[in-house]
Amino acid sequence: MKRWFNLTTPRGLISAVLMMFAFGFMLVPLYDVFCEVTGLNGKTKGQYQGEIIPTNSERIITIQFVANRNDNLPWPFSPQQEELKLRLGERKQTSFQVSNSYDRAVVAQAIPSVSPAIAADYLNKVECFCFQQQPLEAGEVKSFPLVFFVDPALPETITKLTLSYTLFDISDTTTASAR
Amino acid sequence: MSGHTETAHHGPAKGWTRWILTTNHKDIGTLYLVFSLIMLFVGGSMAFVIRAELFQPGLQLVVPEFFNQMTTMHGLIMVFGAVMPAFVGLANWQVPLMIGAPDMALPRLNNWSFWILPFAFAMLLSTLLMAGGAPDFGWTFYAPLSTTYAPPSVTFFIFAIHMMGISSIMGAINIIVTIFNMRAPGMKMMDLPLFVWTWLITAFLLIAVMPVLAAVVTMMLMDVHFGTSFFNAAGGGDPVLFQHVFWFFAHPEVYIMVLPAFGVISQIVPAFSRKPLFGYHSMVYATMAIAVMSFIVWAHHMFTVGMPLTGELFFMYTTMLIAVPTGVKVFNWVSTMFRGSMSFETPMLFSIAFIVLFTIGGLSGLMLAIAPADFQYHDTYFVVAHFHYVLVPGSVFGIIAGVYYWLPKWCGKMYDEKLGQIHFWLSFIGVNLTFFPMHFVGLAGMPRRIPDYALQFADFNMLTSLGAFLFGTTQLLFVYILIKTIRSGKPAAQLPWDGAKGLEWSVPSPAPYHTFSTPPVVSDK
Repeated sequence: MKRWFNLTTPRGLISAVLMMFAFGFMLVPLYDVFCEVTGLNGKTKGQYQGEIIPTNSERIITIQFVANRNDNLPWPFSPQQEELKLRLGERKQTSFQVSNSYDRAVVAQAIPSVSPAIAADYLNKVECFCFQQQPLEAGEVKSFPLVFFVDPALPETITKLTLSYTLFDISDTTTASAR
Repeated sequence: MSGHTETAHHGPAKGWTRWILTTNHKDIGTLYLVFSLIMLFVGGSMAFVIRAELFQPGLQLVVPEFFNQMTTMHGLIMVFGAVMPAFVGLANWQVPLMIGAPDMALPRLNNWSFWILPFAFAMLLSTLLMAGGAPDFGWTFYAPLSTTYAPPSVTFFIFAIHMMGISSIMGAINIIVTIFNMRAPGMKMMDLPLFVWTWLITAFLLIAVMPVLAAVVTMMLMDVHFGTSFFNAAGGGDPVLFQHVFWFFAHPEVYIMVLPAFGVISQIVPAFSRKPLFGYHSMVYATMAIAVMSFIVWAHHMFTVGMPLTGELFFMYTTMLIAVPTGVKVFNWVSTMFRGSMSFETPMLFSIAFIVLFTIGGLSGLMLAIAPADFQYHDTYFVVAHFHYVLVPGSVFGIIAGVYYWLPKWCGKMYDEKLGQIHFWLSFIGVNLTFFPMHFVGLAGMPRRIPDYALQFADFNMLTSLGAFLFGTTQLLFVYILIKTIRSGKPAAQLPWDGAKGLEWSVPSPAPYHTFSTPPVVSDK
C-alpha cells in the first residue's frame, strides 16, 4: 500500500533549515567583504604594500589623532601629537605612548577607526602598531610608531580626518587575531 | 498502529499521561494554547513590576538591575512564550480542520515540538534565581552587552533560545508538510482558507529565520566561552555585525507574530459581515509580498548605528514600501465589512479593534521608517508604543478573537456573550490607556528601558501604569470566561455563527477526537 504521505517535503524543509543556519554564519565573512568593498565602517586596510609615489599635490589636510582605552583599562594611552597638518601623498611619522600600569605582563591590541568613514580607504599605513598584538611588560612604557600617508585621490570635500585607536587588553584571549 | 481494528473509534487515552504521550492535533493545540496563556500571565506579571516601578518617578520598588531583568524577560517571554506558541496552537487545532485532514502530517514531531517548550522556558525562568541574575541586556540582546558584559546566566539563555528555535522550526515543518500534502481531495491552493494561507507563509518565514537566530546565539556562545571574536572588536570582530544578523532574524520575526493574526481576522470579518472576503487573491499575494520584503528592511532598526546615506535611504524606502501590501489588507477588510449585514459578537469586536489599532501601530511604524525622524524617536517610548500597538491589539487581539470564534467548535459550549463583551471593552480601554500616552512621552524624549524618569513625564506614566493594571487584570476575566464556558457553557450548535463558512464547521460541536478519517470532498466553491 502506498504511504499516505511522503517524506520529500520534510527532507527539503530540513535542508532549508540547515542551509539557513549556515547562511547565518556566512553573514560574518559577507559583512566583512561588504564593508571592504564599499569602504564602510571606517576600518583601515592592512599594511600598505605598493610603492609610495612622490606627488606634488598642494592640498593640505588636517589629521587628528585620538587614543581611547576600552572602559576597564587604567593605562595611560595618548598620541604624541593630537593634530598635524600634512600634504596629500606626504609620508609622515608619529607615535602613540602607552604605559602598562599593571604589575603583570599583558598583551594589548589597538583597533583603528577613521572618521569620516569614507576616508578610511585613502589613509594608507606603511607601518602601524595596530598590525600586531603588543606585549607589554609590567610597568613598561612604550612608544608605538605609526607611518602613513594620505592618498591624493582623497575626495575634495574632506579637509579634516580623525584617526582613532581603541586599546584593548587581550591577555585573556589567546586566539584573537591581529588586524 | 497495526494492532488496532478499523472499527475502533477510540477517544483520548485515560489519565494525565494522555497529555504527555498524545499525538492528536487537537490535544497538542490545546496544550500550546494553555501554555501560551500561562506564559501571558508570567510575562504580564513582569510587565506589572515594570509599570509599578514606573508609576511614579524615582526608584520605589525594585533596583535598576532587576528592572532590566524584568524588561528583558518580559520581552522574551511574550514573544517566544506567549504569542508564537498561541499561533502554533491555533494552527494545530484549525489547519487540519480547515483543510479536511485527519491530523497533522508528522504527529510525533508535533508532540516533541510542544514538549520542548516547557523545558526551554523553565530554563529561561530559572535564570531569575541564579547568581548574577537573569539576562538583563534587553530582549534584543545586543553584543557586547550580552557577551562581554553579560551575567553568567547568559549561557542558559542561549540554550533556552536554541530549544525554542528547534521547537518553532519543527512546528513550521509540520505545518508546511500538512498543508502541502494533506488537503482534502479537490482543494486547490487557491481554495485554502486565509488562515491556512497566512500560516503557510509564516511557516516559511520561520524556516528561513529561526536558523539565523540559532546561528547568532551560537556565535554569542562561542564568544562567551570559546574565545572567538565574532562581536569583539579587540579580536577583529564587530558589535555592529551582531545587530545586522540579529535584525535579519528579528524583522521577519515581527511578521511571524502578525501574519497568522491577519489570517484569523480574514476568517472572522467575512463571517460576521455575512459576505465573502473581499479580494481573496490580493490578500494572498499581499501576504507573500510582506513576507518577501521582510528580508530586505532589517536595518531600519539601526538607523542610528552610523550607516552611509545610501543605506539609510534604501532601508527607509523599502520599509515604506511594506505599507502598500499591508494597506491592501486593511482596505480589503474594510471593503468586506462595507454594506455587509454586520453583527458585533465578541470575536468581531476584537477583529474590528484589531483593524483600527493595528493601523495606528502601522502608521507610527511609518513615522519610525523616516530615517531622519527616527534619529529622534530611536530608543524612546515612541518605539515602545509602536511595537506594543502592533503586538497587543495586533497579535494578541487576533489570538483572542480566534479563541472566541473557534471556542464553540473546540469545546462544544458557547461562551457567555455578555461577559465576552465586557472583556472586550475593558481590554480595549486598557490597551489604549496603556499604550497611547507612550507616544507622547516618547516624542517628548523619554528613553526606553529606564527605571526612573524626568518629572515632566510623570502624569502620562501614571496613566500608562493604570491602563496596564486594568488591561492585565482584565485578562483574569478572560480566564474566568474560558473556565466557565468549558464547565457550564450552553451547548453550541454545529454552526454557531450563521455567516461562518469552511470545513471546520462541517464537523459536530465539540469536534470529535478524530475528524475527517475519510477525507471530505471539496467541489468547486
